[in-house]
Amino acid sequence: MEGTLVTIKLASISLLLGFCLGLPMAFAQVYGNRVIKGLVSVYERVARSIPLLVILFLIFYGLPALKIRIPAFTSAILALGLRGAAYQSQIYKGAILSVSGNQMKAALSLGMNRLSAFFYVILPQSVRIAIPPIGNEAAIVLKDTSTVYAIGVSELLRQGHYFISTGSDPMTIYLSVAFIYLVMTICIKGLLTLFEKRYRIPGIGIEGENL
Amino acid sequence: MSKHLLRVENLYKRFGDNEVLKGISFHLDKGETKVIVGPSGTGKSTILNNINMLVPPDEGKIYLEDVEITGAKDIHKLRQHIGFVFQDFGLFNHLSAKGNVMIGLTRVKKMGKKEAEEIAMEELKRVGLENFADQYPAQLSGGQKQRVGIARALAMRPKLILFDEPTSALDPELTGEVLNVMRKLANEGMTMLIVTHEMGFARTVADELIFMEDGVILEQGSPEKLFTNPEHPRTREFLFKLSEIYNEGER
Repeated sequence: MEGTLVTIKLASISLLLGFCLGLPMAFAQVYGNRVIKGLVSVYERVARSIPLLVILFLIFYGLPALKIRIPAFTSAILALGLRGAAYQSQIYKGAILSVSGNQMKAALSLGMNRLSAFFYVILPQSVRIAIPPIGNEAAIVLKDTSTVYAIGVSELLRQGHYFISTGSDPMTIYLSVAFIYLVMTICIKGLLTLFEKRYRIPGIGIEGENL
Repeated sequence: MSKHLLRVENLYKRFGDNEVLKGISFHLDKGETKVIVGPSGTGKSTILNNINMLVPPDEGKIYLEDVEITGAKDIHKLRQHIGFVFQDFGLFNHLSAKGNVMIGLTRVKKMGKKEAEEIAMEELKRVGLENFADQYPAQLSGGQKQRVGIARALAMRPKLILFDEPTSALDPELTGEVLNVMRKLANEGMTMLIVTHEMGFARTVADELIFMEDGVILEQGSPEKLFTNPEHPRTREFLFKLSEIYNEGER
């Protein structure tokens, strides 16, 4: 179904947007000065406190009042991405903090500046820690793409509606829709397990293996 | 100007209400090994952390070959000339032993991968770990980790290496292998400043001992003098007590 493709597009682009914004936000929250830290945490608090549907309506129906008109699909990406950034930043922040301070110290002692220490030492280790919670976040975003049918984006759920309005049996259609979401979620899980295996650090077990 | 490799002048450092360093001055010449000893909490590690500005001092000046480190804008560049060996090793867990030794060469010195690899293998061989190059930190023993830490510092070809209680996290059996590597480096003419409680090592390897207590240097001089004929009664008391604890087995 075409709707499935739209759903995948929505989820992956907004996850990517969330990543591109969330990672610098996490960096700022850990290493930034007080002003930057403050700004980011206000954003993060606000974005996490407003229901997705409200964010969506604000962007799609609210902004035109300020003469800013954004197409439905882009609005959906923005809403999902901006909210996702707040959640993702919290995941990366936790992952960065869990890579202990002595790693930064050791990197600096070799003559690296803070930025390269972050990229070559802290980040590669945090990413591994972030994989499981990111999987969780990806599954949530995937399912939340269904709310954007409210502004008329023809994603999976809306297409289901369309079939029903043309005479198909609601139970069959909604069950198929649910099944497609299920399959996609399982795919995400499989993909992440693959990543975890691939980026496994020898000698350090994952998910209690070798215990 | 002075010919000293490292000059430390009148360092002061406080953490909150706790004044840790109260006017520390000393110097280190090329090829010299100095060992700082003294009770815990007297600021020994703080001095090392001050020297490469991981923890900047509140007052005082530090010079590396007449270049002032304190207040230097490009401190991260100067740090590559000062090796640091950590008590808790500080190895990068996501990199193999070889990767740990190489990363400073490729990322700081911008060296090609092949050249960096050659140097890394050379340094790993120097600490006796050429067969462990592809092992990851979690697969190494404490003593092996610390030797990788030393190889990583050596690979940068530093002007001096600071050792912050390098064997305190190790059991006695593993302590020996690390001290042997350090002894070898001292004999090869590496300039080293070491904080340790290993009195046997200090006595046989150090050119000079610095005895510290409560943020000041009480006495410094040759190990022979400090162990046999110290000026300060506290020095005698402390060194005697530590030697008793650590050298029990040897006597």
